[in-house]
Amino acid sequence: MSSRGEILAILRENARTSTEDIARQTGADPEEVEAVIADLEAESVICGYQAIVDYGELEDEKVRALVELNVTLDRETSYRDIADRLAKFPEVTSLRLVSGDYDFDMSVEGDSMSEVSRFISEQVAPVPEITQTVTHYVMEAYKERGIEFGDGDDEDRLSVSP
Amino acid sequence: MEVSDRVDSVPPSGIRRFFELAEEMDDIISLGVGEPDFSAPWSARDAAIGSLERGQTSYTANRGKKELREAIAADQRNRYGLDYDPDEEIVVTAGASEALDLAFRALVDPGDTVAVVQPSYVSYVPGVIFAGGDPLPVPTRAEDEFKLTYEVLAESGAAEADALVYCYPNNPTGATMTGDELAEVAEFCREHDLVVLSDEIYSELTYEHDHTSIATLPGMAERTIVFNGFSKAYAMTGLRLGYAMGPPEAIAGMNRIHQYTMLSAPTTAQYAALDALQNCDDDVQQMVGEYDRRRKFVLSRFEEMGLDCFDAAGAFYAFPECPGDDAEAFAEELLREERVAVVPGTAFGEGGDGHLRVSYATGLGQLKQAMARIESFIS
Repeated sequence: MSSRGEILAILRENARTSTEDIARQTGADPEEVEAVIADLEAESVICGYQAIVDYGELEDEKVRALVELNVTLDRETSYRDIADRLAKFPEVTSLRLVSGDYDFDMSVEGDSMSEVSRFISEQVAPVPEITQTVTHYVMEAYKERGIEFGDGDDEDRLSVSP
Repeated sequence: MEVSDRVDSVPPSGIRRFFELAEEMDDIISLGVGEPDFSAPWSARDAAIGSLERGQTSYTANRGKKELREAIAADQRNRYGLDYDPDEEIVVTAGASEALDLAFRALVDPGDTVAVVQPSYVSYVPGVIFAGGDPLPVPTRAEDEFKLTYEVLAESGAAEADALVYCYPNNPTGATMTGDELAEVAEFCREHDLVVLSDEIYSELTYEHDHTSIATLPGMAERTIVFNGFSKAYAMTGLRLGYAMGPPEAIAGMNRIHQYTMLSAPTTAQYAALDALQNCDDDVQQMVGEYDRRRKFVLSRFEEMGLDCFDAAGAFYAFPECPGDDAEAFAEELLREERVAVVPGTAFGEGGDGHLRVSYATGLGQLKQAMARIESFIS
């Protein structure tokens, strides 16, 4: 039986790898692989499958921003409560509680800078526990979740060698 | 200006036209390159950069930095229990290819016969000829999984040869040899007094069993030169660093040629190599794991296509049979029509005909696409 770790590693590299291909790489039966993946999905270890997009290659490029959030907690409100509220906004693409100078690290996506700015000022900043927001617009993306963007410079490499 | 008869006697590669065609095309998927698609581990690259920053740009000792030779000796002791004297039995060279050339020139006299196990890396036969020797092909067989056997050696007339050169894990077939299988070869070489030139450049890249160095077998260290380097395991092809290990008199002879031609191996690369040996085991293990995944993938796809391909358990090559009689024509058509480059087995000498060398040292995404194109081409 293939290890869950092995299958996860393959899917993390390319979620579109077919069950047959995973079976070939791990030496397992396709049925076993399917069963492991079904378990991983049922246990919410695998939460979804998405494409990694280089927006720089698209004509109507999306605007993305990384937002630092500082919050104050009271007896009734936990980090989780604030996170639950923020995570519901479709504009928020990722949200993490982090250590260091600020509390939450949030990624936001929109069609324009004004749309993103409006979202931060009108929807996020007014949340009562949020004391400060610092917005960093993404100017250029070079790598996303292990995938490098842009053309590799392989011009000098041999295409055939003995 | 005319070139020497010796150079003239080595014909240009039979697949030169194929190489040229591939070089002209810029959107091919290449499964034709015998080098890792990874970069050298960061730690080794940092060591190289650090040496440049410190201005360490002078020659080193002819035989290579002492520290590096000591690290190589320690590595051989750990891996195989072999005990090479770093001062007398190791020479560091500009790639394992230089080391092989030195060995041919240091050990082969005009008229000596060198048995060359085939299919083999393309430089062995010209190397023997440039040294004035006569190459004797020892063709291995698909039915023996391209392994070298006592019988194959005897049949090919290798008993009369002065030396034997081979490479296991093998380029181009991916074949490996176990300790027991090598014992037969060792027996033949002892019986017929053959010097063995054992190219072990792919020794780290084995998937089914650990590599055995023939020098560990009884009576073999004193008649064997082992070649290795950093190109394949540490993905350092462009840094050009290899080494040879063997009896002191042979290494001294090789070093004498080396000191008049190369002087010393590239200094920056020696710093990278030293770091690679000391700090990069995990990187190698990760690369080997990735090659193994690709290997299983490629072998199973060939099986699906109905192309016979034995279970190549080393290096990063698969060597499937080629549909049709002419591997060269097949590879050329595949390149023109589907833009997939593979190397026809004919490039590697006797026994290679009717096969294709497919390198899986390329990303799985590309491999997958290439295999689909090959499948559609043959169906």
